[in-house]
Amino acid sequence: MDPTAARYLAAGLACIGMGATAIGVGSIFGQFLSGALRNPSAADGQRTLLFIGFALAEVFGIVSMLAMFLLLFFFK
Amino acid sequence: MAAGTETATEAQTEQKGGFPPFEPEHFPSQLLWLAITFGAIYLFVSKVFVRRVGGTIAERADRISRDLDQASAAKARADEATAAHAKALAEARDKAQGIARETRDAMNAASEARRKTVEADLSAKLAASDKEIATRKAQAMANVSAIAQEAAAAIVARLTGQPPTSAEIAAVQSPTGKR
Amino acid sequence: MNPIEQFEISPLKELGSIGAYHFIFTNSAAYMFLCVAILVGVTLYAMRGNSLVPGRLQSAVESVYEFIADTVRQSAGEEGMKFFPFVFSLFAFILLCNFIGLVPYSFTVTSQIIVTASLALLVFAIVIIYGFWRHGLGFLHLFAPSGAPGWLMPLIVVIELMSFLLRPLSLSVRLFANMLAGHIALAVFAGFVATLVGAGVWFVLAPLPLAMTIALLALEALVAFLQAYVFAILTCIYLNDALHPHH
Repeated sequence: MDPTAARYLAAGLACIGMGATAIGVGSIFGQFLSGALRNPSAADGQRTLLFIGFALAEVFGIVSMLAMFLLLFFFK
Repeated sequence: MAAGTETATEAQTEQKGGFPPFEPEHFPSQLLWLAITFGAIYLFVSKVFVRRVGGTIAERADRISRDLDQASAAKARADEATAAHAKALAEARDKAQGIARETRDAMNAASEARRKTVEADLSAKLAASDKEIATRKAQAMANVSAIAQEAAAAIVARLTGQPPTSAEIAAVQSPTGKR
Repeated sequence: MNPIEQFEISPLKELGSIGAYHFIFTNSAAYMFLCVAILVGVTLYAMRGNSLVPGRLQSAVESVYEFIADTVRQSAGEEGMKFFPFVFSLFAFILLCNFIGLVPYSFTVTSQIIVTASLALLVFAIVIIYGFWRHGLGFLHLFAPSGAPGWLMPLIVVIELMSFLLRPLSLSVRLFANMLAGHIALAVFAGFVATLVGAGVWFVLAPLPLAMTIALLALEALVAFLQAYVFAILTCIYLNDALHPHH
């Protein structure tokens, strides 16, 4: 296989990780929302934890995006 | 057209060394300007913004709490004044009632006294009148016996033709006088 | 129409060089200064009366202040308020750069990885320096939370250390990637409009990507605010670790 083609394919495959991260982040906010609707008074205090969870989940999407960037622009 | 742009982009990116945000060529100047501008923002925020905006917010909070304190103090004063007013009112009512009672008592006493004097006067007059009636009656009774003697003497004189003597009159009168 | 052309840095004035480094006044620098000018101008204009009963703009500025102050207080505690100017500077800079970038034909400073990486590394450096200055080696408790069983400790330390070291990376790349992807998407859909308008009878379809562009612009406005907020709140959370490592 042509190395350039393989690189582009790999970059595209790396983007799957970003989609998976989207599921995770959506799940975090969705769960927070359903919890917050059940007990709105407790929601304010948990916003910090929400963003910690969001940041942790998004790290992996960022890592896969980084892999994509590395494949596209740095490994030549 | 599509092929043309693609090759042009390819050529451009090849020539520039890739994606613009990843070009290290401009990193030093970006860092320099970022340091300058972010430093300026930090200085502005810490020296001016926080003092002015935070100061205004704190001042407003102070002012509101001070005003609330003043309002509650004023309310306390108003309550006090209301209580004092109610007290004064009650006192005044008591006083008025006292005055009324005193006046009534004084008037009662005065009228009682007058009544008593009038009664005493009246009873004195009554007693005097009674006495006078008694004396008059006694007088009248005395006169009656004298008149009766005269009448009897006159009747006797007319009947007998000669007036009775005083001894005879006394003898007739004595049982009457005894009765 | 090239969607990544908008991230091109164009030199406006050459200022000279120190060693191998060239310092150039670029369009990026011009937009950074615009951001400073807007922040200073809006603040000074809004607060000119400094009145106790705020006007519209003054109450807007005050509500932004209160918003960030609440965020700092909630996630870093009352002690964290000494970092308030720093967090507010980050928030204001990122928010203004993001919103300036939404104006068509403008340049987005936060779509430059070097800018976001510098800001994230600044946060990271402040967390590490303040943590060690304040707690000494006690700051290392951050990587060894109490209550974990002893045999798990090495694993936990490795995981915590990894997540700690990934923080500046995720912080910078999150902002950069959001701005980059959003602007590329905007440019792609705006490019469709231009292509359809220039493609004969197909121009009747041009309103479709135009509507998409407008919807995306609204989404990007939300993202612009959200990313600035996320950057600020994550900074607060990381500063909280430096303030209270024994969690």
